[in-house]
Amino acid sequence: MADDKDVLRDVWFGRIPACFTLSPEETTEREAEPYYLLLPRVSYLTLVTDKVKKHFLRVMKAEDSTEMWFEYEGTPLKWHYPIGVLFDLHASNTALPWNVTVHFKNFPERDLLHCSSNSVIEAHFMSCIKEADALKHKSQVINDMQKKDHKQLWMGLQNDKFDQFWAMNRKLMEYPTEEGGFRYIPFRIYQTTSDRPFIQKLFRPVSPEGHTLTLGDLLRELFPAAICAEDEPKRFQVMIHGIEPLLETPVQWLSEHLSHPGNFLHISIIPAPSD
Amino acid sequence: MPSSLLWAVDVYGRVYSLSTAGQQWEHCRDAHLEFKRVTAVQQCCWSIACDHNIYLYVHASEVPIRYQEETYENQRWNPVDGFSDRLLPSDRWQWSDITGLKHQPLGDFQLPSENWEWEADWYIDENFGGEPTEKGGWTYAIDFPATYTKDKKWNSCVRRRRWIRYRRYKAQDTWVKIPSEQTESLPDPFNDITCGGWEITEEPRGCLALWAVSLQGKVWFRCDINHHNPEGSVWEEVPVPGEVVQISCGPGDLVWAVLWEGHLLVREGVGRDCLKGSSWVTVESPSPGVGVVHVAVGVNVVWAVTKDHKVWFRRGVNSHNPCGSGWIGMVGEMVMINVGLSDQVWAIGFEDRAVYFRQGVTASELSGKAWKVVSVPRDSERSHSSASASSLQSAGCFFGGEVRLQSQASMLSDADAETERAGGEVVPTPEIGDAPKPRIPKVTSDSFISELVSDREGQISRCDVPPAGPSIPEEDHPEKELEDRASPAQVLSPSQSGGVDPQWSNVDLEEAQTHLTSGPGGDAAETSSLSSVATYNLALEEPYGLDEPPKWAWVSGGGCLVECHTQLNWFNSSTSTALNSSMQAMSLSITPAQTAAWRKQIFEQLSERSKREMENFMHYEQAIEQSVWVKKGTMQWWRDWKPHKWVDVQFALEQFSGVEGNKDGILFIYYTFNDEKKYLHMFINEVTILVPVLNDSKHTFAIYTAERTKQRWPMRLAAATELEMHDWLALLSVSCCDSRGIQGPPSKQAIWSVTCKGDIFVSEPTKELEASPYPTPCAQISLGVVWGIGYDHTAWVHTGGYGGGFFQGLASSTDNIYTQTDVKSVYIYENQRWNPVTGYTNRGLPTDRYMWSNASGLKECTKNNTKPPSPNWTWVSDWTIDYAVPGGTDREGWQYAADFPASYHGNKTLKDFVRRRRWARKCKLTTTGPWQEVPPIPLSDITILPCGPKSTVEQVSLWAISNKGDILCRLGVTSLTPGSSSNYGSSWLHVGTDQPFKSISIGAVHQVWAIAKDGSAFYRGSVSAQNPAGDCWYHIPSPTGQKLKQVSVGRTSVYTVDENGNLWYRHGVTPSYPQGSSWEHISNNVRKVSVGPLDQVWVIADKVQGSHSLSCGTVCRRLGVLPMEPKGHSWDYGIGGGWDHITVRGNAMEAPRIVMPSLTDNQTATRPLQTSNQPEMNGNPVGC
Repeated sequence: MADDKDVLRDVWFGRIPACFTLSPEETTEREAEPYYLLLPRVSYLTLVTDKVKKHFLRVMKAEDSTEMWFEYEGTPLKWHYPIGVLFDLHASNTALPWNVTVHFKNFPERDLLHCSSNSVIEAHFMSCIKEADALKHKSQVINDMQKKDHKQLWMGLQNDKFDQFWAMNRKLMEYPTEEGGFRYIPFRIYQTTSDRPFIQKLFRPVSPEGHTLTLGDLLRELFPAAICAEDEPKRFQVMIHGIEPLLETPVQWLSEHLSHPGNFLHISIIPAPSD
Repeated sequence: MPSSLLWAVDVYGRVYSLSTAGQQWEHCRDAHLEFKRVTAVQQCCWSIACDHNIYLYVHASEVPIRYQEETYENQRWNPVDGFSDRLLPSDRWQWSDITGLKHQPLGDFQLPSENWEWEADWYIDENFGGEPTEKGGWTYAIDFPATYTKDKKWNSCVRRRRWIRYRRYKAQDTWVKIPSEQTESLPDPFNDITCGGWEITEEPRGCLALWAVSLQGKVWFRCDINHHNPEGSVWEEVPVPGEVVQISCGPGDLVWAVLWEGHLLVREGVGRDCLKGSSWVTVESPSPGVGVVHVAVGVNVVWAVTKDHKVWFRRGVNSHNPCGSGWIGMVGEMVMINVGLSDQVWAIGFEDRAVYFRQGVTASELSGKAWKVVSVPRDSERSHSSASASSLQSAGCFFGGEVRLQSQASMLSDADAETERAGGEVVPTPEIGDAPKPRIPKVTSDSFISELVSDREGQISRCDVPPAGPSIPEEDHPEKELEDRASPAQVLSPSQSGGVDPQWSNVDLEEAQTHLTSGPGGDAAETSSLSSVATYNLALEEPYGLDEPPKWAWVSGGGCLVECHTQLNWFNSSTSTALNSSMQAMSLSITPAQTAAWRKQIFEQLSERSKREMENFMHYEQAIEQSVWVKKGTMQWWRDWKPHKWVDVQFALEQFSGVEGNKDGILFIYYTFNDEKKYLHMFINEVTILVPVLNDSKHTFAIYTAERTKQRWPMRLAAATELEMHDWLALLSVSCCDSRGIQGPPSKQAIWSVTCKGDIFVSEPTKELEASPYPTPCAQISLGVVWGIGYDHTAWVHTGGYGGGFFQGLASSTDNIYTQTDVKSVYIYENQRWNPVTGYTNRGLPTDRYMWSNASGLKECTKNNTKPPSPNWTWVSDWTIDYAVPGGTDREGWQYAADFPASYHGNKTLKDFVRRRRWARKCKLTTTGPWQEVPPIPLSDITILPCGPKSTVEQVSLWAISNKGDILCRLGVTSLTPGSSSNYGSSWLHVGTDQPFKSISIGAVHQVWAIAKDGSAFYRGSVSAQNPAGDCWYHIPSPTGQKLKQVSVGRTSVYTVDENGNLWYRHGVTPSYPQGSSWEHISNNVRKVSVGPLDQVWVIADKVQGSHSLSCGTVCRRLGVLPMEPKGHSWDYGIGGGWDHITVRGNAMEAPRIVMPSLTDNQTATRPLQTSNQPEMNGNPVGC
């Protein structure tokens, strides 16, 4: 029997093959080869693309080496969303590898945050964890941790150390048995069809009557369009980590097992492929 | 953890039990009568039935309750007849007890009650002080009374022999009436009963205090209840200064009683010498003018309910101050309350008569947090899910008189507020006619904020109401209990006529009504005879019989063990049974979550996703390179060269990925020598042992490599704190496992050993290692079946999982990980010296040991500075005097001696100048691991048939000794699927013996050897696969003058260890004569021996050269053991210290060519608590 722990590993070690090509707008001294890389789904683009940067800087003029940013089919990719979310949202149901265009010029100030160093990512990552724990445990767990514990979480993500990360993260996933789950589920719902960056609301894992609430309950409340009646054709796909969990899946379980390292459950809602 | 039972009686007198693992009340169908009261302890349940007799229900156990009757046959020699039964006139009886003073012929022995049966006929005991006697069992002496010997001498003039016969208690799992043998002294029937006191004394075992109250208010104590006499012997009256209505006795020495007047009595002087106590002290009711109607006590708590149904908690109660210091008012309105094991609290709600559980009661917060209603259906109403809202509402009218206080009840839990409010609306309709007018506005207004005030006013206002209402005439309900029920009325009437405030009668009645137990007729009779406002409306009752939530009258949690990690499935957010069943239906689809469709879908999709996104792209570069990971810290290091001393060092572990993806590491120690920075390193893959070392002042551990084992010089390091040490040990141990590529459960061939701190290590003969972090001091293995025993004698079977403990969430499998707990005692000694002026004082000589010390006297151990053995253990009790010390104690626990250190004895003599007594404090560990508990019998030793590697045995022979010394044989253990529930076996078979045992071992061809507590050895005849229990015992003489301690049997070899540390080999054991002929001395300083299936001999030895600084024994292996030379010739080097137990019985590798099997260790979880939700989350693994 497969084990729930295996889910954590599968989630952590999920990889997306990507092909980075330099934008034709960039001026180069010689032609730039595309760069192929296996990206961890749970990490952040700017955290894992040092090699990409190095690769393309070799063919660029030194003065053009400003901040690198990525774009997929015209959409600038927000580095502060986990890679897996970006992929599910913009490129699922497309052929692999994922073709990402690399830019150095014309930073889209309106769409993207600057990411000058890894400490910016760290700050973003830690604030995610803190926000999630505020929802889950009124920040009690994260506040009980020491500075070095926070560092361990971050270093675990940065160095892709599953054990190191989970040794600490499991504390964030605990909850009092009698309550049946977290206080609120930290989740975000992303969609491509709206200008709203994402939907986030307070949502408990257990109903006041004591029922376990499911993914279906969550969507019914926040994105009813994602749930289709039996006879209707499917309009939306609900993706988490590249898979479509059944609507009966309890949200508490999802939150414990399919959350990103930032402790948020990222749900991407994309239009169903027409075929 | 085994499930235990909560008992309750509903208002109709039906008895139900609710298992901690269950979800419904089970009707105790065996009870043909209705019951009034029940009081439960773990082994039995006492009750008062409606016929006012007392009944006892003893839970069946696989170890029967047996009692040994004995008598002595005495004979004297005369020249004519030789030895004959013609004795001198001055002699004792021909048949007598051991002293000779009491005449005891065989025929005089009668069964004490019809609940007993004889096991067999009388037979002669041929065992004399651990030594076999000649046939006939005679022992000889010069004269009565004298010293007897087993040998007949020229001057032996008298002889005697012992006859024994066992009787067995047969009335188990059934209610039996306790014969009321003293009818003349018990004129009135019993009214209340309470059972407790089992924690006061260990001796005799199973000792219980049973208190009862008669209808006239007298208090009775049942004498001599213990394991061998579950029924007790006689009732003894305990004088009381008033009329008692109710009494409660806790597991410890607390006994409180309620007087008619509403005050409380506290029993003082309850102790191990006097379970009955000596005197009463009065404690005032918590609120003036409102008397107490009910009290419940635990170990350190007292709860009370006053007539206005308010609940009170008594502060500051403990064994030294049984009266406590003050009352604290609690939220909730209850009619009765009960305190169970570990001071957990149950109550019955005043309004809804539901059973409430007090949530959040812990040792540090005895008063708990909130009441939670226990809402599970009764077994009869499982299918009855159609409870409609209307019936729920009308349930509010059930107790006519009390509905008015509904608003307060809804305070209890917001969950049932809705129901309650609905009920509240209906209430006035039927009641309005007879309800007192001033009361109505308070009810209909839903404000219950001013609960206290309104409640008390309500009581007073109600007293003014004249007795009215439709009281039902008795003759409408002719019930046979009527004459019984008349008696409370008689008891009541004097107090009414005695000029007591009318309020009393009214409120007393409410008290009486809380025990509506004898069926509707009886209640009607009671209420009507007292002509009260509170009307029990029979007309309303019948139609709603089963649809309503049950109305409870009494609850007893004395046998119900709820711990902080126990998950109870008792609570739903709604009291409605309809909702209940829908909840169950829903949870059924989720609880076996492993099979749920959504989970399957996720597993499948995840692996599909991985395949889709990664399979064809594995040649791509990884975005993150696997890097070196370093953990650094400061530590102290025991310098390798002279002068040896602790020096501060920097300690670092570098981990990196090796060539084949396996991880490896290097340990660095950076130190300064002569102002020069230097370092020393050690490869993780060379580390063989990692073991914590007991050290008084520092948290030290030792690291061995093969080379360092030879040099007897491990690397010794000390961490700043114990926690830090455990962190490091855990990390190092994981690295060690990683570097050897070990994952998953240990193999069948593994050697298992246990440190003196109770951690288990597993060593694989193929030089691989894996550590299993559960503390168990005893483990036996064969064919992949592993059983272990905890310090608290709980038996555990290895599930074949791995991880748990500190592995939690890392490399652990969740399928076979269970929550484990263990309890053990920590001992310290109080020492005193006598001086002529002040007698014994705590002022010793300057040369004396510490006045508070450990057993050796070398270390100071005060009550305050003594800590649990490791940070994972927490205290669960206070310090108590331990009377169960070898050598005996006096009444205060003291042992006397001429000087320290010496042999101590329990009675003071003129030559004694020092004394000591032992204090014990219990501590508890909660962790997780791949072990499953085998309830319910606590064990002290266990053995499994060792087998060769190729043999397949369907039925694995497993023998065990219970902690009481009974020998047991486990049935149904198979090895077909290691680690599955078949390892668990089905049941125990009790093997009768004449004396208690302490060690047992079974050899490869079913040779069973056992050591009795008196040090004698026994061989069990005719044991085979077909006859797993054998037929009879053969007594084997011990080595001269030695008392044996432990035995281990391999393929053919039989080895024993005696109490002086000598190792003996049994000579002359052949298939035709398996008992052997004589003992041969092999070695001394041996603590434990384990013989493997190939007759390999491994021991744990003390005082092995070079390891004296390490405590607790070294593992040594016998060299030169060959099929023709089973004794071997010498010992090898030995590994490390700190071992407490080893078993090599699973290791059947031919030709063990390994130089030294490597061992590593790790510590138990550093954060074992709070993780109990892990297994629950993943599907509760109960029910295997």
